[in-house]
Amino acid sequence: MDNIEARFNLSFSNFNLDVNIKIPCQGVTAILGHSGSGKTTLLRCIAGLDYVKNGFLSYGGEVWQNEKFLLPTNKRPLGYVFQEAHLFPHLNVLENIGYGLKRTKTLNEVINLDQIIGLLGINGILTRRPEKLSGGEKQRVAIARALAVNPRLLLMDEPLASLDTKLKQEVLPYLQKLHNELKIPILYVTHSPQEVSQLADYLIVMKSGKVLANGPLSETFSKTGLPVYLGDEIGVIIEGIIGEIDTKWNLVRIDFDGGILWVPDNEQMILNQKVRTRIIARDVSIAKKEPEKCSIQNKLSGKIVQILNDQHKGKLLIYVSIGGSVFVSRLTRKASSELALTVDDHVWVQIKSVAIL
Amino acid sequence: MLLDDNDIQTICLTLKLASITTIILLIIGTLLAWWLTHSKRKWKKIINAIVALPLVLPPSVLGFYLLLAMGPNGFVGKITNALGISPLPFTFSGLVVASVLYSLPFMVQPLNNAFESIGKRPLEVAATLRASPLDAFFSVILPMALPGYLTASILTFAHTVGEFGVVLMIGGNIPGKTRVSSVQIYDHVEALEYAAAHRLALVMVIFSFLVLLALYIWNPKSKKE
Repeated sequence: MDNIEARFNLSFSNFNLDVNIKIPCQGVTAILGHSGSGKTTLLRCIAGLDYVKNGFLSYGGEVWQNEKFLLPTNKRPLGYVFQEAHLFPHLNVLENIGYGLKRTKTLNEVINLDQIIGLLGINGILTRRPEKLSGGEKQRVAIARALAVNPRLLLMDEPLASLDTKLKQEVLPYLQKLHNELKIPILYVTHSPQEVSQLADYLIVMKSGKVLANGPLSETFSKTGLPVYLGDEIGVIIEGIIGEIDTKWNLVRIDFDGGILWVPDNEQMILNQKVRTRIIARDVSIAKKEPEKCSIQNKLSGKIVQILNDQHKGKLLIYVSIGGSVFVSRLTRKASSELALTVDDHVWVQIKSVAIL
Repeated sequence: MLLDDNDIQTICLTLKLASITTIILLIIGTLLAWWLTHSKRKWKKIINAIVALPLVLPPSVLGFYLLLAMGPNGFVGKITNALGISPLPFTFSGLVVASVLYSLPFMVQPLNNAFESIGKRPLEVAATLRASPLDAFFSVILPMALPGYLTASILTFAHTVGEFGVVLMIGGNIPGKTRVSSVQIYDHVEALEYAAAHRLALVMVIFSFLVLLALYIWNPKSKKE
């Protein structure tokens, strides 16, 4: 599999960037971090918009930057979506999209213009001026414009951050469609674990200019060090397929590597459909024996693989492996002590709620 | 006839001088304003102050130094001499050079403001859309800065039309070569030809008013969306 290799080392009095990573050239890789974590700087270095001396960058073996050479941004086969749409005000929507298209020489089209316009649902606004568009429309046009140059890599810098919650919900489905229908690798910078769990296949977590964790999404989400960082949002992502739709009780069964989960159905669900669920650590409780006559339907047995301190002094995070999956539970220190939980214990896990993403 | 042939000649010369000055300053002003906007050098503040000097200096001071510089012993004079060009003082070319310097801030400052308010981001966006920096300047920055260019050109043109002190110091008062309208009015007054001075002065007032009116009508910034 091709990789993006990036090595950047930068040190200022108030900011450091120390990155040495390989990013897969496929799927969506989210770069997650707080502001000031260096995630945007990393993206800008990959785009060639920022320059770090003695950095190294290659895309699928093709060198974009080393000690002696720097490929200028306009010669890199990439698309870039900024936090704000930054449409050219003197051009209408179609001319904005055509701006990069006109200047693109490569003809090996992965996607054509009609497909892009359809994918982003901007058919009806092609002749409008940017100032006549809503925030969500602007951002969709900006994404279309970036895709029109037929990029081999799409970089997105918090494309939803400037939108309010309602507009976020308007644009997010389009991003999910991109993910499902395009073969272009996407690097997606965000500070929202929510967006990460809805979009990403791979995750890079950054803090103070350093990469904290890096790998496939569900693995990285439950990895050491992350809980503190993610605060209340710590949880796991479990992927599975819908194995049964129970119309009598309005439930669906999700089969995952390690067992089954029952969740309330919704109209869009189809048998054998691949789904992604998010289970937050505070919704997971632990019992030493199999619980009986309990209102919680989802119970699974597994083995404790690690116990970590939580951000809160009175709490612990218990990692339980079930088949090929890992669940995280957040317990009080007191509860853990009363149950005498230790690594390698066999326990029962009860899950109060499962969110389908 | 309201104006005599001499008056018309001076008006033509004035318009020619203002047009040439504006065209030259469009090029120099763009380069200088661009550099002032995007350079991170500390001494750009010094350049900024120098560019603004003609705003505060009496034109006679500027004219005096230019005359010295362009004279046979000045550094510009030595260059023109070495190149085999006749000395610049009391020629139309000398007048153009002086006007370019005198009107510099009227071109540079509006352009500088326009470039500052556009910022770096549109260039970055254009770069990610395969545009080279030069391509991006002409296809993105120039159209976005158009109101700034309009303001700068009109101000420069109008200001050159209105200059007097520098013209008198550098150009003298040679009919058909360096005698512009403002000098002509002065001559009329000196000769106590008040009626002639009135006519030409009125033309200048009407012209200046129309220019400024055009500026306020066309400038899209003053339009309400």
